[in-house]
Amino acid sequence: MATQSLIGTKNRAGQVVTDAWKLLHEAERTPCFYTGSEVIKEAVRRSNCDVMIAYPITPQSEAAALIGELFAEGFIGDYFRGESEFAVMSQCAGAAFGGARVFTTTAGPGTMRAMENFPMWAGARLPIQMIVTCRGINSPLSIQPDTLEISYLLNTGMLVWHAETAQDFYDWILKGYMVSEEPDVHLPLALCCDGFFVTHTKDVVNLTPADMCLPPYDPYRSPVPCMDMECPPVRMMRDPFVMKSNYISYATHASWQQEVWAAIERSRKHTIRWLDGLIEVDKPDAEIQIVSSGTAVSQGREAQVLLEEDGIDVGIVKIKALRPWPEDEIREATKHAKHIIVPEFNVTGWLAKEIRATIPNPERVYAGPHVCGGMTMPPEVIAADLKKHLGLKAESLAGRGS
Amino acid sequence: MSKERIKIAPEMFDIMPEEYQDLVERATYGNEHRGWKDIGTSKELIEEHSLCAGCPESMAFRYILASLPAPEDTVMVGSTGCTSLVFPHVGVHNIHSLFGNQNAIASGLKRALSVRFPGRVKDVVVLAGDGATVDIGLDMTLQAWFRQEKFTTICFDNELYANTGGQESGLMQKGFVAKMAPVGKTFEKVKLPEIARESGCHYVVNCTVSKPNLVEKVIKNAIHVAREIGPTYLQLYTPCILEIGKNSMEGLQEMRDSEKPTERFAYKEYVSDQAKELLTELAAKEKERKAALKKQLAGQA
Repeated sequence: MATQSLIGTKNRAGQVVTDAWKLLHEAERTPCFYTGSEVIKEAVRRSNCDVMIAYPITPQSEAAALIGELFAEGFIGDYFRGESEFAVMSQCAGAAFGGARVFTTTAGPGTMRAMENFPMWAGARLPIQMIVTCRGINSPLSIQPDTLEISYLLNTGMLVWHAETAQDFYDWILKGYMVSEEPDVHLPLALCCDGFFVTHTKDVVNLTPADMCLPPYDPYRSPVPCMDMECPPVRMMRDPFVMKSNYISYATHASWQQEVWAAIERSRKHTIRWLDGLIEVDKPDAEIQIVSSGTAVSQGREAQVLLEEDGIDVGIVKIKALRPWPEDEIREATKHAKHIIVPEFNVTGWLAKEIRATIPNPERVYAGPHVCGGMTMPPEVIAADLKKHLGLKAESLAGRGS
Repeated sequence: MSKERIKIAPEMFDIMPEEYQDLVERATYGNEHRGWKDIGTSKELIEEHSLCAGCPESMAFRYILASLPAPEDTVMVGSTGCTSLVFPHVGVHNIHSLFGNQNAIASGLKRALSVRFPGRVKDVVVLAGDGATVDIGLDMTLQAWFRQEKFTTICFDNELYANTGGQESGLMQKGFVAKMAPVGKTFEKVKLPEIARESGCHYVVNCTVSKPNLVEKVIKNAIHVAREIGPTYLQLYTPCILEIGKNSMEGLQEMRDSEKPTERFAYKEYVSDQAKELLTELAAKEKERKAALKKQLAGQA
């Protein structure tokens, strides 16, 4: 493979192209105290990225601007500010059609404005990586953390991962390219995190060496031709299917959609290998399980401690990948659970709905607590909701009417 | 792309489709002097199309594809509309993604090709209808020009949304009665050539496609200027004969009528000083080449 033969050579910035597995699992790590936005920059620095296209929207603006600094330093082939998220995602598509490794970031209303692009990315099999720093999408205008936008991404045909911590973010940006660029996958990745909670807080993150980077993207491993006129152009069809209303036309479109979802399924084995499983389980034998994704998991861990102090044994299931959906893993992890608590940073409880549709005896699922619009989720709230659900007396929490 | 890449292994030649054999043997990839006169004597990069009989857009497509200076290194970007029914037949890489985002796609594409192939020419040409260029995609059309993206934008102006059945578009003439303009369009045809000039395009032409030699000239100029200097824009009248109530054989006359000096498609051109310099230089080289060729032919005689 062309990418493998480049191991040990230097890229445009003088970084040593390193086998991705070695880079992420064997290379020396240095602890650094960074914001989530800075961590995004550091991951992109090591990702051998060709093109990054930026647009300002809180809370991803800082990360998008910091990547501009990487361009100025020579780490990225090209970088510019687009005119809107819709345009940016189309510009990303153009760059990916042209065979580039592409990175972009967005948030909240930006994700919604760009939405038409995402099924197109998936259908065109473009392995673009998009960071989604989730925020409110409601009116009145809100810039606060809220994960409702993730639910809109779940049926686009993209891979969707939900990072809990800045360390997840760092590792998963690099690992994300390795999964989404596999020839049997070749799909875009929405790597989501909870805005502000991850982007604007500082954390200790273990970084790989700055003078080492991922192998470059090889567009000729794509399952569809790269649009660079370096392979023979073919007449795709005599009668474009768009203007036909017949069985062949329907079957073509149906099989193309099925193939996108089959590619998500094929990503499962790669995702399990790189993320060390689609979920992470703590105390699988507990009869009460807090199942969640993103920073709700962190709050669940704190609630677990509080509940243990009261003698209530609680397990934690952290969902890392939402697409591919860890159906078997969640069933297995919750098979002993009598109560499944799903705390979420959104008003609709989309994750609880997904879990209910996955497991036997879905009445075990308690959808909540739900906080949204920027509200925080103190662990006391999770503990109190759980106790109430169990019919136990819970302490009164100021301002929650309990 | 080297022409070598489309060659067929000799053992496999006879089992390849005739059309592909033709492409290898008779197409004009790599011929820098290709032009509309090759039509009929070489393999065209478009053969069939699924447009209406007599559609001027089909003529425009043939002239444009015959005039691309380097089709072996050209990627075209289309949009939704009648043109998207033709692109699947075209022998150059082409992208359709969404309606109206063609100039955004082209911006990313051109930059990616520049990063991946430094020092090599990779032309990007956008070809979209007036709805895509001026209405739904105007933002991205203009912003690509503001950013001085180095590709050519061609608008097939048929003054309405043809593929969806003849609705009002921004480039429609004022007063024209159409679907979604039940009492006639109430505002003037958008002056995109003028806007293009003010937005930073270095070469802008407004004309019809009635004259193949003119189409060849403006296509070559626009692509050379985009390659070397910055954005270029061509607005080509390709009337929708179906929606303006003409017969199949009346498209050419409609274009001739509309290009008269007082009409809206009278030839109009804007060339920046930088582009003028480049085009003068290219014209001088071409003159030199033709003179040398003439001399050579005279010597042979």
